[in-house]
Amino acid sequence: MAHFEKANSLNEWLDQRIGLNTLKRVLNTEYWIPKDINFLWAMGMVLAATFGLLVISGIFLLMYYKPDTNLAFDSVNYTIMSEVGYGWLWRHIHGVGASIVFLIIYIHMFTGIYYGSYKRGRELIWLSGMALFVAFSAEAFSGYMLPWGQMSYWAGMVITNLFSGGSLEAYGLVEWIRGDYVPGDAFLTRFFMLHVLLIPLVIIGLIVLHFGTLRLPHVNNQEGADIDFEEAAALYKAGKKKESKVIPFSPVFLSKDVFVMGVYFILFFYLVFYNFDFAMDPVNFDPADGLKTPAHIYPEWYFLWSYEILRPFGKDAGLIAFGIAQIALFFLPFIDRSPNVAPAHKRGLFVVWFWVLVIDMIVLTAMGKLPPTDPTFALIGQIAAWTFLALGPVLVLITMFEKKIGKGV
Amino acid sequence: MRELKIAAVVVAFSLLTYYLVEPYAHHEMHKKVDAHGVEIKLESHGFTYDGTDDIAEAERKGDSALVDKKKAFWAEVSEVAKLKGDAVAGEAGFAMCMGCHTGANVNMGGVIPPSLDHAGRIYDKNYLIALIKDPAMASNVDHKYVDTMMHPMGSIKSMMSDNQQIADVVAYMLEKKAAEVTPKEAFAEACVRCHAVRYTKTTQLGETPVFKQEKEALAYQIKVLDEQDAVKGYMGTLPPDLSMIIRARGEHFMETFIENPQGQLAGTSMPRVGLNHEGYEKVKEYLTEAGDPSKKAREALGPWVLGFFVIFALLAFLWKKYQWRELH
Repeated sequence: MAHFEKANSLNEWLDQRIGLNTLKRVLNTEYWIPKDINFLWAMGMVLAATFGLLVISGIFLLMYYKPDTNLAFDSVNYTIMSEVGYGWLWRHIHGVGASIVFLIIYIHMFTGIYYGSYKRGRELIWLSGMALFVAFSAEAFSGYMLPWGQMSYWAGMVITNLFSGGSLEAYGLVEWIRGDYVPGDAFLTRFFMLHVLLIPLVIIGLIVLHFGTLRLPHVNNQEGADIDFEEAAALYKAGKKKESKVIPFSPVFLSKDVFVMGVYFILFFYLVFYNFDFAMDPVNFDPADGLKTPAHIYPEWYFLWSYEILRPFGKDAGLIAFGIAQIALFFLPFIDRSPNVAPAHKRGLFVVWFWVLVIDMIVLTAMGKLPPTDPTFALIGQIAAWTFLALGPVLVLITMFEKKIGKGV
Repeated sequence: MRELKIAAVVVAFSLLTYYLVEPYAHHEMHKKVDAHGVEIKLESHGFTYDGTDDIAEAERKGDSALVDKKKAFWAEVSEVAKLKGDAVAGEAGFAMCMGCHTGANVNMGGVIPPSLDHAGRIYDKNYLIALIKDPAMASNVDHKYVDTMMHPMGSIKSMMSDNQQIADVVAYMLEKKAAEVTPKEAFAEACVRCHAVRYTKTTQLGETPVFKQEKEALAYQIKVLDEQDAVKGYMGTLPPDLSMIIRARGEHFMETFIENPQGQLAGTSMPRVGLNHEGYEKVKEYLTEAGDPSKKAREALGPWVLGFFVIFALLAFLWKKYQWRELH
């Protein structure tokens, strides 16, 4: 057993027992971050803050929400919105947060792709990040069921139907997932459990893993430069801050994060107070009615691109394409064959590939919401879906032939 | 500066995506087209009624007899509108209205005739004239009554056929039934005969009273169910509860739908109600209070929260400047 002496301060007392000073050093003051970064490197902390807002607002909503098909709609729209003090504020924060968190996730992902931050030791960062994306998607979908409005019900119907597997006609599986023939009380209560317990636990675990995977390979930088972190850290500690290529996480990197968060919160709360319809679809303010199918059923915007990969094909082909699209991005570190860790604009054809991917996903997103009955939209959607599927093999090809960038560039 | 360029790219792509999935997609999803694929623009006419929409609809159907009928009808309405009505002379005519519009909860032919206490205040003059001349045509639901069914107020046509008499009755309402109206009264008179609002404890029978005995409450509930059955029988379906309608439908939909339900929902059994601008505003206020009661609090708190984060961001910027002062 370790030797304990009388502590002279709380700090010392804690340090003896949980190594507080070591923790501070390892996690904050000597957790080195490259200096050559831009505001996109703050998206991780912005995500963490948004997740925090979602958890806190969720806890307040949980105090009044009733997971029962007869009570759910009114517990949200009446009890929380008009009887509970500031219930409307928590609900709007939760609704807008759930939508905007995906915008930040997509920016975070595209940043990683642009700067090649999934390569050479950083594969697990990418994989744990993708796992988080999947967990957040499940969290968003299960949460969307809870107000039990028209979109909750019909989106639940459509998405659970996907598990029938097209021509496999596995309706037994669909019924098992729903706990009923159609979405009903059993369906609502199990999605409630998933939303408030199981998936949040998984998300928290994955966030810890995601942070953990960062520690050894370190954060990438704007030029993809291979930094000797020990040497750079020694320079910094010796006071040669200008010469050193690194900064400590706290307080230097954090100060920039907090500023970016401040700007982000201005936007966030503008949306919470003045422009929330995009995140809280008006259709969902009509109570669920199994006898009245809405004219247009569409997922929230962040699922539209993969929904559109499902839609333009036949039943089975569509499901297969959809399945591929769901897991395709996981493989990015392994199908990018290039040895270079560098920003896209220094990697020849890769930069073209990158912007085609961004634009294609935006086109898919738009077409996923536009009515497919219009032949022009259907055709554009189909082309965009094929483009997305082709982008995988194309990436293998162009990165195989990518020239190695000389050191020091 | 590089960071600003990157920010501009991120913002541009985010806004483009927003535009495509929100304004553009919703416009495409809800746009109305005629048989030739030409877009029909639905516009509010400021809650005045001259049959423009009704005639255009008939023209789109290609039914020339109907077009002529609608044109003739609304032309006559505008003729009556030009007559100088005599409120004193109209009182006797209005007494006939009171035969049914008693204010008592008695269903007649499908619905409870609404109270006319503020009819001159919340309804448009042209609409009132049209309604007395031919209720089905005025409400733009004449397609419902082409066969054997008769509009519950249909008998008014034979009771009051003289144009001057109509002008007098309308003048009476505009003068004597035009007192200041609360949102609740406006809503009760214009909407409650068909629509319940459970968030304000309102049913087709009006505001639900408080009962001491459960037995009485249950007995009342049965009366409500009976009334709803009658309305359902007449309308084909029970008209929706309007508790959350203010958030479920956009402003543009509400305006154009209330002016002319057929425009947004062709074939609907909902009649045009004939609200004027003030009447609409009162009804909207009532529905906002029921379905979006936090609107005022939201708008009051918004600037403070945004102000807080503007100051927060400024201070954070200064802190960042300070922390990074020796780094470059």
